[in-house]
This record gives sequence, C-alpha cells and structure tokens, in this order.
Amino acid sequence: MARFTRGFGGRAHAERDPRLPPGQYDTGNSWPVLTAEVTPRLDTATWTFTIEGLVDRPTTWSWDEIHALPPSAYSGAIHCVTTWSKFGVNFTGVSVDTLLEIAGVQPTATHVLAFSHTPYTTNLPLADVTGGKAWVVWDYEGRPLEPAHGGPARLLVPHLYFWKSAKFIAGLRVLDHDEPGFWEQNGYHDRGDPWLEQRYQGD
Amino acid sequence: MAIPGSSSGTRATELVAPVPGAPRPSPWRSAKVVGIRPETARTKTFRLAVPDAMPHRAGQHCIVRLTAPDGYTASRSYSIASAPDGSPNGVQEYEITVERLEGGEVSTFLHDEVALGDELEVRGPIGGWFVWEGDSPALLLGGGSGVVPLMAMLRLARNTGRPDLVRLVVSVRSPDDLLYADEIVGPESTIVYTRTVPPAFSRPPARLAASDLPQTIAPETSAYVCGSAAFAEGASGVLLSAGVPTEAIRVERFGATS
Repeated sequence: MARFTRGFGGRAHAERDPRLPPGQYDTGNSWPVLTAEVTPRLDTATWTFTIEGLVDRPTTWSWDEIHALPPSAYSGAIHCVTTWSKFGVNFTGVSVDTLLEIAGVQPTATHVLAFSHTPYTTNLPLADVTGGKAWVVWDYEGRPLEPAHGGPARLLVPHLYFWKSAKFIAGLRVLDHDEPGFWEQNGYHDRGDPWLEQRYQGD
Repeated sequence: MAIPGSSSGTRATELVAPVPGAPRPSPWRSAKVVGIRPETARTKTFRLAVPDAMPHRAGQHCIVRLTAPDGYTASRSYSIASAPDGSPNGVQEYEITVERLEGGEVSTFLHDEVALGDELEVRGPIGGWFVWEGDSPALLLGGGSGVVPLMAMLRLARNTGRPDLVRLVVSVRSPDDLLYADEIVGPESTIVYTRTVPPAFSRPPARLAASDLPQTIAPETSAYVCGSAAFAEGASGVLLSAGVPTEAIRVERFGATS
C-alpha cells in the first residue's frame, strides 16, 4: 500500500533481520505465553500420544515408550501470529516422521488434525508434518518443557505460525481432507505460512 | 496494552466476504483518529472512525498498522474497549486503549505523535473466541490493562439494560493504574488492589483470591480472563477453586505489546 502514516519513520528498520518474516519483530529473550484455555497439569505417568485415522497401525505411546524412540532436535526460529518471532531456540523430542512411519500412513492421506489433552485442535497438511519439518518435543533448552509452554510435550512445526505447534499434544488424526481446528474455525488461516503472512482466513 | 494471539477473526465476521473470481480487496481500512483522551499517566484511549467496517462484538480486537515512507510497517493488536453501538455496516467507531511502553515502537508513536485527524490503517474487528454476545451470565476477571476487552462487555451490558448479567473483577497494582476509573465503578464491579489501596479501603493489598469473586456464580456462567500470563494463571486457578468448570473459562493472555 502506498499510503504511509504521517510522522512514522520506523525504528532502525534499515537493519531489519532478514530472518524475520514480514510483519514480525524479534522478541529477544522473552517468550510470550498465549493460550486460550486454562493451563492443564498433565501427569507423565498417564500421558499418551496417539496416531489414528488413515494409518495401517493406529498406535499409542506412553511417556516412556515415546522417549525410547530415536531422538531428534530442532534449533532455529519460531514465529507467532501475534507478530513476535524468536531465534535460536532449541527443542528436543522425536520427529513426526518417526511416529508416522511406525503407524504407516495410508496413500489416501492428505492432512492431519493435531489434538491436545485439552479440547484444542489444529489442522495441517500432511506435507507440513513430514520430511523433517515437525516434531513432538518435551525438552526446551535442555530442560523439561514447562506447562505454560505446552509441557509435558507439544507439537513443533516451526516453519508455520506457532498456533500450529499444539501445546499439550495428545495425538494426530490422519485424514483424507482438511478439517479446520480451533483457531482455524475462529478465523485463522488453514495453513499459516509466516513468509506468506497467512494469518487469517482469506490471507 | 495489548493483545493476545488468543484471538482471531471469525469466519462469520470476516471483514471481506470472499467473492469467487473477484479480486479480494485489502482488509486494511484508513481510519481517522476522532478522539484522544488520557486514561492514566501511561495510557491513552484513541477513538478511531473506520470506514466500510462491520460492527464489532464485545471482546474483539483490531490491528493498527503504521507505514513508513519507505514501505516499512509495524503493526500491533489492540482490544476494542467501546461497546458495539448497534450501528449497521459502514463507518464504525472503535476505542482502543494503549499503554505507553518505553522503547515501544508503536505505542510511543501513538502516544507521542498521533494527533486528532490523523489517519491510521486498521484491520478488524477480529476475534471469535473471546467474545461475549450480551445475552448470558458472564464473570469477567481483568488484570491491569487486561480490563480493556472486558470494558467493552461491561459497557454493552449497561447500554442494553442488562448489567445484571455481568460481574467484573479488576486487579490493579494501585489506584493510579485503574483504567476507566470514573466509569468502571458500580454494583457490577469489584476492584482489587495488589500493592497500594485507596484511603479508607477495607481490603488489604493482595492478589486476587476466591473471596473476591461474587458469592454465587450461576451454573451457566461463562468466565472471561484477560491479563498477563501470570495474572491469567492465578485468576484461572481462583475460578477453578470456586467451582467454575475448565470448559467455561475463556482466557486471553498477553505480554506487553510495544
């Protein structure tokens, strides 16, 4: 848009970090907490993660069982739709590829619906959670992930806006269609690519 | 002050109805600043007249975008404090209350530079979750500037003659931090001070507790909690201890938005 705001020069934006997607700012060391629900306290003794739907072997892992899988880590950036980005974060858990391989995704599958131990859900194309792009994580900077940030375990899909990285993750339902989740039903974008600024439905 | 990511635009209130095959117009509107008034030492309310917009619902927010001559933009979300006024599609007036955060690129610009008659780009209204429609019992818990979207709900209840539906509990550090101080007091409202209390105030300064809630909470009550992450955690715990079920609690958390 050609229109500009009277008197607004912008602050030091000549040095804008090229790692920042459009409309985002670097939140630095802080990690804002944004959740629409009451933070649940989940016990790892009874915690489970399930893959169901269009798979050959619907599978449920306990806390110990999922920890016995080959570990996988992510180091990099995360981007929240509320316009903050955070760089150099380190998460450890298991790759979603590992989990889906065990369950055996059927050829007709196109999407997943991630569901939490709360009523929260979020939808993702299958292609966005395969090929080394998504994790179930329980460690942040070498420490157990705090409940405020989705612990004991959350989904991590760092190339999409962070509401896709469902806190308190309970499982993935593999589908042959797209099924809008919680925020997607409330107006957020079905895919949420920060580089395309897919914030809201219609973007 | 502002917002949360725990808000969103609903499909139902999507500003721009997508027309198949038609180019989608920009969701941004050029809004005129038609009112500015101080609320506290650090906060101001801006009244924005937004053309071609939809009426908002109490609890929704909008996004303000600033654009520099070289195309650089900075945008922030702000809760709408004013009640829906029942006007049809067309020019809508939204009031946003902005806390001036030192070093905050957008909040300092709004506080220090913006004058009556200026134009600001606005997108909204947005939000389909943290919304009260004005027809069911609501218990509102706000911490600091988290009272802003709750104020829209209180105003709606009063404007429509249903203040009986709403109970508001606001937690602030001191009397100087209370937004809408002249307007907020009333039989619907309880003010909780955590650090400094006004003269002759019987409750000692302390964090929000179950004893600050209404004695009876109707079973069909929805609770709306808005404030910092720490406030939201504390207030949610207080509600749960008072017997409000988890699924009846809607939360909007935010950090400072600069």
